[in-house]
Amino acid sequence: MSEQYGFGNPEVIEEELDILIIGGGMAACGAAFEIQRWAEGTGLKVKLVDKAAMSRSGAVAMGLSAINTYMGENDPADYVRYVRSDLMGIVREDLVYDVGRHVDDSVHNFEEWGLPVWKQPGDEGKPLRDGGKPVRSGKWQIMINGESYKWIVAEAAKKALGQDRIQERVFIVRLVTDKNDPNRVAGAAGFSVREHKLYIYRFKCCLLVCGGAVNVFRPRSVGEGTGRAWYPVWNAGSTYAMAAECGAELTMMENRFVPARFKDGYGPVGAWFLLFKAKVANGMGEDYGTLRGAELKDAKRFGKYGQGVPGTCLRNHLMLNEMKEGRGPIIMDTVTAMKNLAAKMTPKEVKHLEAEAWEDFLDMTISQCGIWAGENIEPDKQPSEIMPTEPYLLGSHAGCAGIWVSGPTDLPGTPKEWSWGYNRMTTVKGLFTAGDGVGASGHKFSSGSFTEGRIAAKAMVKFALDNKDWKPEMLRSKDELVEEVYRPVKNFLQHKDYTTAIDVNPHYITPKMLQFRLQKIMDEYVAGVATWYQTNAKMLEMAEKKLVMIREDAQKMRAKDLHELLRAWENYHRILAAEAHMRHIQYRQETRYPGYYYRTDYNYIDDENWKCFVNSRYDRDTGAWELKKVPHKQLIKD
Amino acid sequence: MPTYVRTDKCDGCKGQDKTACMYICPHDLMLLDKDGSRTGHAMKAFNQEPEQCWECYSCVKICPQNAIEVRHYADVVPLGASVQPLRGSDSIMWTIRFRNGNVKRFKFPIRTTAEGSIDPYRGKPPADRAEIERHDLLFTRGTHKVDPSQFIA
Repeated sequence: MSEQYGFGNPEVIEEELDILIIGGGMAACGAAFEIQRWAEGTGLKVKLVDKAAMSRSGAVAMGLSAINTYMGENDPADYVRYVRSDLMGIVREDLVYDVGRHVDDSVHNFEEWGLPVWKQPGDEGKPLRDGGKPVRSGKWQIMINGESYKWIVAEAAKKALGQDRIQERVFIVRLVTDKNDPNRVAGAAGFSVREHKLYIYRFKCCLLVCGGAVNVFRPRSVGEGTGRAWYPVWNAGSTYAMAAECGAELTMMENRFVPARFKDGYGPVGAWFLLFKAKVANGMGEDYGTLRGAELKDAKRFGKYGQGVPGTCLRNHLMLNEMKEGRGPIIMDTVTAMKNLAAKMTPKEVKHLEAEAWEDFLDMTISQCGIWAGENIEPDKQPSEIMPTEPYLLGSHAGCAGIWVSGPTDLPGTPKEWSWGYNRMTTVKGLFTAGDGVGASGHKFSSGSFTEGRIAAKAMVKFALDNKDWKPEMLRSKDELVEEVYRPVKNFLQHKDYTTAIDVNPHYITPKMLQFRLQKIMDEYVAGVATWYQTNAKMLEMAEKKLVMIREDAQKMRAKDLHELLRAWENYHRILAAEAHMRHIQYRQETRYPGYYYRTDYNYIDDENWKCFVNSRYDRDTGAWELKKVPHKQLIKD
Repeated sequence: MPTYVRTDKCDGCKGQDKTACMYICPHDLMLLDKDGSRTGHAMKAFNQEPEQCWECYSCVKICPQNAIEVRHYADVVPLGASVQPLRGSDSIMWTIRFRNGNVKRFKFPIRTTAEGSIDPYRGKPPADRAEIERHDLLFTRGTHKVDPSQFIA
């Protein structure tokens, strides 16, 4: 009877598997699709756990108005050139190319499963797979009616894997290494956010795909609007934190993404720039990009990166300059853009265009419509404000923070150190990742993350078959894991009656207050919006001390119910992701991404000394971080 | 906020173990107040942490009673507007009401196949285990043509 279990006294469910997929987003769905085919007839036991419901989990939960990675007529080598340029020269070209060469097939499947893809006139109804020409909003993007994008992809993934091998509403919070091999993962522990159940899985290998890190920095909106993050607010850095705690090498965690978006709602600007050809101006109405864009030609500060088409961070840099110099706000002229387009159109076409503009928001950032409606903004009548957001850590969108993984072996010129066996396996044996988890290879987006999940899944089947007779033995006992996972609950039950006010107690801290504290540290010392994204060695030294203390205090988080236990562990993960970010910025003595962050004490790009990866390793037992340079190599011709 | 639940429409999904909104919320925000001790409204759902709401509308779209609406972030957005969808099996209808009373309506397709009809492997080849170590293909063998002349080495 489950009644004998209650809050603070969970039933412990132990299960032995061959492969565990941790997460339910696009990468996990790709893995589910690919893995079943390779595992058929092998007897391998596979399971997927998601802290939410797969139909609406991960970054694509709300929907999307475009698929941002689709090769079509383009060569994957060109895709590598584009990613390399946008990420300031330092990417793992083997990994980027690998996504590029496989991604189109995934998109073709989405369309077959029911995702509506916009087609050029004359090609309506002709599938992409049969040569149907998509509507491009850029060289790599195609437009979709994507309200149900995740719903459709999850349906396929669930059918592929089978409902009985999917466990929703279970939050894995901790990986456990093997008793006999400290560099090998043997299991994972987590809990149900619905029932008083704690789950312990043993396995041969796992795919850690829990997205990027959001709400690590103090957001620009701090009331109800805290939830209106640009990236999904439920991405808590769990991928980076669990990998780091397991001893995996992280890479490029100094990278971040600061998207310039419509102010407050963070609605997408891509279609406005690329499809509707809208222009931005400063508060004086000046085209500042043309007027002052030459600043980027300063090779002493921006190296060769400001010479051609500037990357996203450099465009941010120009925008920030205007705002810092008092020439804000930055305005997108939606009115002129729509007028110019409408000039060549019939009234019916104009109406269609207006619907497309609104759909761009309704498919993926509904709040932006709420803001426009609340402020009586119609884009054909009134222009809108653009603003750089708070920083985000991610590896699948226009950023490349993440984990160092083994890559494919068949691409010419790839250093042998970049491949130690299984594709997308981290430096910890049996621990695989994809999507936001894989570092140094951004611009995968939804389709690329799904595809990378497929690549990893295939390799995991091979790994599990190669290790068929190996038995996982976890370094931690069941009791130790129960104690650790439920510690916030114990903190609460033990101390709650000490004070009259439930939230103010010297023996514990609420997850919410801990999150505020983390955000304050990151915002004020680690180049958040409060300092115009600037920091220096001394500020980072202050941050380091504060982050060590907050990591200690995280042991005193309380959870008054299962929902708060979820928040407690999410915030623990945020702390580790934040610390990795801080340590990497501290180590890299240059400003590689002007416009995303500035080291004011090394305020220039230094290719001679820093055109390299920065990798780090965290020691869970001592709390120490080790950082090192790893040589970069260009694989694709200029 | 965020989503709010209308007391006149929510039926607590008729006393089932969990409500549709609880099932779907990606951030574990919706909660059924079984005895009314949290809200004063027994057997109705509510958003237990409005400042963590992404306004993704997953609960709004799935609610069988259309009982969930959104009052946009009060620290950001002037009052009086609303954005409300009605999601069907193949399309979604949106009604946008501006603060000044203007109304816009849009309808967009959402999928071209029937819900639940996907057979992910229909027409797809089985995987050939002999190819499991090959990096240049996944089981569907739909790899983009690779041009080795683009590589430096």
